[in-house]
Amino acid sequence: MNPQFLMDGLIAGAMIGLGAIGVTLTYSILRFANFAHGELLSWGAYLALALSGGLGLLSTTLSMPIGPFSFGWSLPLATILAIILTGLLALAVDAVLFGRLRSRGSAVIILVMASFGVSLALRSLLEFIFTSKPAYYTKALQIAVKIGGGLRATPDQLLSLGVALVAVVAIHLLMTRTDIGRSMRAVSENPALAGIAGVDVRRVIRVVWFIGAALACIAGIMTGLLVQIRPYLGHDLLLPLFAAAILGGIGSVPGAMIAGLIVGLSEAAAVQLVGAEWRAAVSFVILVAVLLLRPRGLFGRAA
Amino acid sequence: MSLDLIAYAAFFLTMALTYAIMCLGLNVQWGQTGLFNVGIAAFVAIGAYVSALLTTPDAAGRVGGYDLPIAVGWIGGALVAGLAAWLVGALTIRLRSDYLAIATFGVAVTVQLCVLNLQPLTGGAFGIGFIPRPFGNLASDPLAFGLSNLALMAAVVLALYLALQHLAKSPWGRVLRAIREDETAAQALGKRPIRFRLQAFTIGGAIMGLAGAAQGHFIGFIAPDNYLPILTFQVWAMLIVGGSGNNRGAILGAVLVWGLWALSAAAVSAFVPPEQQARAASLQIVMIGVGLCLILLLRPRGILGASNALASLTGRRTRKFKE
Repeated sequence: MNPQFLMDGLIAGAMIGLGAIGVTLTYSILRFANFAHGELLSWGAYLALALSGGLGLLSTTLSMPIGPFSFGWSLPLATILAIILTGLLALAVDAVLFGRLRSRGSAVIILVMASFGVSLALRSLLEFIFTSKPAYYTKALQIAVKIGGGLRATPDQLLSLGVALVAVVAIHLLMTRTDIGRSMRAVSENPALAGIAGVDVRRVIRVVWFIGAALACIAGIMTGLLVQIRPYLGHDLLLPLFAAAILGGIGSVPGAMIAGLIVGLSEAAAVQLVGAEWRAAVSFVILVAVLLLRPRGLFGRAA
Repeated sequence: MSLDLIAYAAFFLTMALTYAIMCLGLNVQWGQTGLFNVGIAAFVAIGAYVSALLTTPDAAGRVGGYDLPIAVGWIGGALVAGLAAWLVGALTIRLRSDYLAIATFGVAVTVQLCVLNLQPLTGGAFGIGFIPRPFGNLASDPLAFGLSNLALMAAVVLALYLALQHLAKSPWGRVLRAIREDETAAQALGKRPIRFRLQAFTIGGAIMGLAGAAQGHFIGFIAPDNYLPILTFQVWAMLIVGGSGNNRGAILGAVLVWGLWALSAAAVSAFVPPEQQARAASLQIVMIGVGLCLILLLRPRGILGASNALASLTGRRTRKFKE
């Protein structure tokens, strides 16, 4: 078996892990499975596409490739703006829909259903604006370089892995070392008690949406850069995201990342062993296995 | 001309009634029990493919083709879909309420994949043709064919409606209602919520399988494209519009939403230039999504109103969460 599948799995797993952190945070703090999370990935990717295209029009030097990478400065700049916009999108949806349902004391399943409606609307809106034709950030081709051990990777792929690593460490430090991180964990433990203890629950919820959306945006842009940008980009990743969040244990940031890597590597292995057409079933198999054997996941607390 | 119109109306209504069957199945799961199924398309597909395998004539290069009577196919489709629902339910119903939703989402993805890739069994992307149609001997006379199929489907829906109404009033239905209203009290009376939920989920899945079988036989041809996630969304829109928890609402919602869908699709293909039609179709789906959210926000009881199913679900439930 060609060891290259390890590299492919690692990269796919890093993207799944970043998305799964958002799923696991919203799940543990807002207490529902957000079916619209995949659409935050897609929106992040398309927002960055539109913004970097706009920046490229302003100044052609911005679209000149930086060093060994396939993209110019317009993409990193657009990424920062897209992260903010995706975060605002998530906050807007919460203000218009989820917040109202929450303040009414709606059942979990009503929120799940609303997220289902949101995912439909957001995804088809992208299809309406950008059509379903695949898009790319650049047309430049990249040659994969040898990185030892018989593995090859393009500079873009290595950069993406680095960004994912930095993002995960940053979120982990935020959760464990800062006041807002402590408040987030308190709310996930017991929202009523946290409220009584003086934690601003509304602020925590806003921060959670923003962080989840920001990570989703980064994951979406990475997927768009390394594969392609499609309106279904996020929807097709939704099952792997859920599988990773549940495998890692709901609420655990390192768990979500590790589980994301496991899902990505298993997918890559399945492509080698069984065939590429069964790739999408891998997450389902993992999901069923976790629910059967250890429903609280690798790092989750007992329910 | 008018005869053509009647034949078309019969075709349209028969299709709408097949959706009404799916909607009735969803109503058992969601309306009466509060189980969220995002994989309706999967159970419908299972019913359609099983029935097609049982009833089609033997075909070269494909497993199956047992040439059995249509009724056997329908029952087989319903049974296998029910079995699939039972397996999914047995795995997830005892866990958190949204794990079932995630699992059914996974089932939908996986069934779609199996249908596409298990070519010797399902015909792959080309699907299965030559599925025997009820009253196939009348096919030369479109009007008689259309009307007799409509009558058959109406009879199925009516029978299902009466059975489900009866079931809702039976001791079993009363237990379901009791669990929905106050799970702890029902448990204290010795009823096991998990078992009743699992039964309701299985029955709902079997009904969806029946719908898939009936629809496959009516059209005479099935392919993976018929069972994309959009089918799940449509059935949800039908039940929400009709009012969940209400069987008459489920049927009315199916006819209404299917009518609106068919009309707007016809309008799109008539007035929108061909190169823009895909975009217009996606706008149609945006409307379903926004409509779903609006109804959840503004009219959680649907048009006909639930016999306080959703009301009690939205009102006071376990694990409620206030800011």
